[in-house]
Amino acid sequence: MNVDLTEEQQILVDSVAKFVANDSPVERFRKLRDTERGWDPSTWARMGEFGWLGVAFPEEQGGFGGRFVDLALILEQLGRGLVPEPLVPSVVLAGGLLSKLGTHAQREQFLAPMIEGRTSLALAYAERQSRYSLHDCQTRAEKRGAGWVLSGEKTWVLNGHAAEQIVVVARTAGDALDREGLSLFVVDGDAAGLERTRVPGMDGQRTALLRLRGVEVGADRLLGEAGGALPSLEWALDRAAAAACAEGQGEIQELFDRTVAYLKQRAQFGVPIGSFQALQHRAADMYAETELCRSTMILAAIAADSEDADERQAEISAAKLQLSRGGWFVQEHAIQLFGGIGVTDEQDEGLFFKRLRVLQGLYGDADWHVARYQGLKGFSSEA
Amino acid sequence: MDLSYTPEQLAFRKEVRQWIQVAMPAAIKAKAEGGGHFEHEEQMEWHKILYRKGWVAPHWPKEVGGTGWDIGQRHIFGEELVRANTPQLSPFGLTMVGPLLIQFGTPEQKQRFLPKILSGEEVWCQGYSEPNAGSDLASLQLRAEKDGDDYILNGQKTWTTYAQYADWIFLLARTDASGKKQEGITFILADVKNTPGITVKPFLTTGGTYAFSETWFQNAHVPQANKVGPENGGWTMAKALLAHERTGIGGVAESKRWLQLCKRIARETPVGKGSLFDDKSFRERIARLEMRLRSLELLQLRTLAAAQVGRAPGPESSILKLVGTEIQQESTELCMDAMGHDALGWLDSPGEVLPAIEQGVASSFNYLRAATIYGGSNEIQRNIIAKQILRLPTL
Repeated sequence: MNVDLTEEQQILVDSVAKFVANDSPVERFRKLRDTERGWDPSTWARMGEFGWLGVAFPEEQGGFGGRFVDLALILEQLGRGLVPEPLVPSVVLAGGLLSKLGTHAQREQFLAPMIEGRTSLALAYAERQSRYSLHDCQTRAEKRGAGWVLSGEKTWVLNGHAAEQIVVVARTAGDALDREGLSLFVVDGDAAGLERTRVPGMDGQRTALLRLRGVEVGADRLLGEAGGALPSLEWALDRAAAAACAEGQGEIQELFDRTVAYLKQRAQFGVPIGSFQALQHRAADMYAETELCRSTMILAAIAADSEDADERQAEISAAKLQLSRGGWFVQEHAIQLFGGIGVTDEQDEGLFFKRLRVLQGLYGDADWHVARYQGLKGFSSEA
Repeated sequence: MDLSYTPEQLAFRKEVRQWIQVAMPAAIKAKAEGGGHFEHEEQMEWHKILYRKGWVAPHWPKEVGGTGWDIGQRHIFGEELVRANTPQLSPFGLTMVGPLLIQFGTPEQKQRFLPKILSGEEVWCQGYSEPNAGSDLASLQLRAEKDGDDYILNGQKTWTTYAQYADWIFLLARTDASGKKQEGITFILADVKNTPGITVKPFLTTGGTYAFSETWFQNAHVPQANKVGPENGGWTMAKALLAHERTGIGGVAESKRWLQLCKRIARETPVGKGSLFDDKSFRERIARLEMRLRSLELLQLRTLAAAQVGRAPGPESSILKLVGTEIQQESTELCMDAMGHDALGWLDSPGEVLPAIEQGVASSFNYLRAATIYGGSNEIQRNIIAKQILRLPTL
């Protein structure tokens, strides 16, 4: 067992931290949140050059053979600057599925250019009625000739507004709530019959509403086996949840550090407010939650590479709960301790607060993960 | 002790309910039913309708425009407004400076200001905090210097809520810097729109709205006749007004609206073959909060009843502020949780993605982080309770 960073990992963390400090402080995100795309393709290309988009992919796929932990360490540092480039939708979700299920040709065509930072990807899984149930899917793909025709609607598609290709979850068999019968298709962002509506989000990032009106794709666009996509989809979403914990960790740490600095600096009643015991205790509790978040974040990042689905899911659910509860404690009290200025758009703290709340609501919220954990661990009523 | 309603009160409830339905303009009614959020203009429209009916200030004494209702009637009236989801009224005149003027104003001030607060002709805002005087309010530095019959004001106020709509501001100014800081403060009323040297600069909140402003005073002349209470006696005024503010700031009515909305969102949010409202554990979360809110409601009733027999709200109102704002925040958090992925959305998310009843939730969820900060932060409320009610020793 070893929970410390290796020398290589420390070098990686330092280089990402340096990038954030020099090239992507929160100020850059502030500018980008007012743009249509919300992120910058030239920065994305640089991330490709740095190799960050490929760390978690095998070498034979153009990656660097690293583990998910390495990607998590990158995401954590990027979180500290609210870097808006779409690593999770592109690398973890769609990229992960292409790497896991794609044919050689599909990986060459769609994954390799993304790893180089020339394209970005998205995964369309959520629907209006689906909440967090991945199998609650009404979008359908009908066989036509050798290919398929997709019809339906997908909501809250992360990076769906900008992606060159979107992996779309569609039903090729069964009824709306069946666990069987789901398939994945790689759809071009500019495909005929695909209507994309850009949706600005609370965190200043962008998602898309996708309407698929008879989008035709060839047989070569089916990713993996027809009808059996759910386990892989769950795997990808688990890894996205682990990624959210990693990015969230950077934001929690940043909020915590900024709060402690403010407690030392802000004076009222003639003394720094950090000298009040009530606030010292609050800061101590925030510190404890920050460290608990870090612990479960590491747990989740390691579990993300686990072959054992039950173990992977239980660990990641525990981490996601901690992000939603412990992380919430930190973000809530950070704003409180900043006082009025914490509620102004001008201060950065509110931006971190919003991004964290968004991460808490993605890839299963706290209630959903608690329920799943109970199922996995054999908690059952007699019913 | 008896919490049951008399036949007369039940008849009163019916009367109020029917009147609201008839009195609400169609556009406001449609918005209320859709769970939408009201703009300043809509608030003022509803204010004026209530005023014409004589129901705009039930908490004021009858002789200055109140309704003369008992506690039960006031409570019923409040419940019916929540039930119909009517626009909420700006509190700065009606529940803050109004009651203060009733308590401490000169006959001329009462005559000059109270009728226009009631009618809604004049809108008020509050000038208390400064960039370096937040929780430590008494360290405020905006100066008021005498010049003939006037004060000349110089300095800056911040967190002046909705100052951009205000005709008047009530403010705390430094009139004496020589002694104890609490003893050199004066409570002054200033005409925002017609006084040269007053500048209002609204700024964006994390809720994406311009709820707060910075208000600057540069050699602004205000008649000394606009001071309320004695010169250098402003701290007493400030505390009295804050106590009035805190009885309303608990936001029992607001929390009820949020819980109402939360149930609606849960019912309209599909999960599998049913709705989120079929989820026992989620329902339980709503129930627990509703039950806690009920405790707070009774506490509010007790505070109001004490005020009715002649006692102005005292430090007990700190409990209302403390618990009430926490419940308010939790109720918006619960709405966000109910929304699932829809909680990713924002004010400018297209209506085809975000249902109308959810449209303003994320904005309020963010903005209401301020509820435990404004009106004296909850840390300050705890200090007040510890020192003034519990008389705990200090270092």
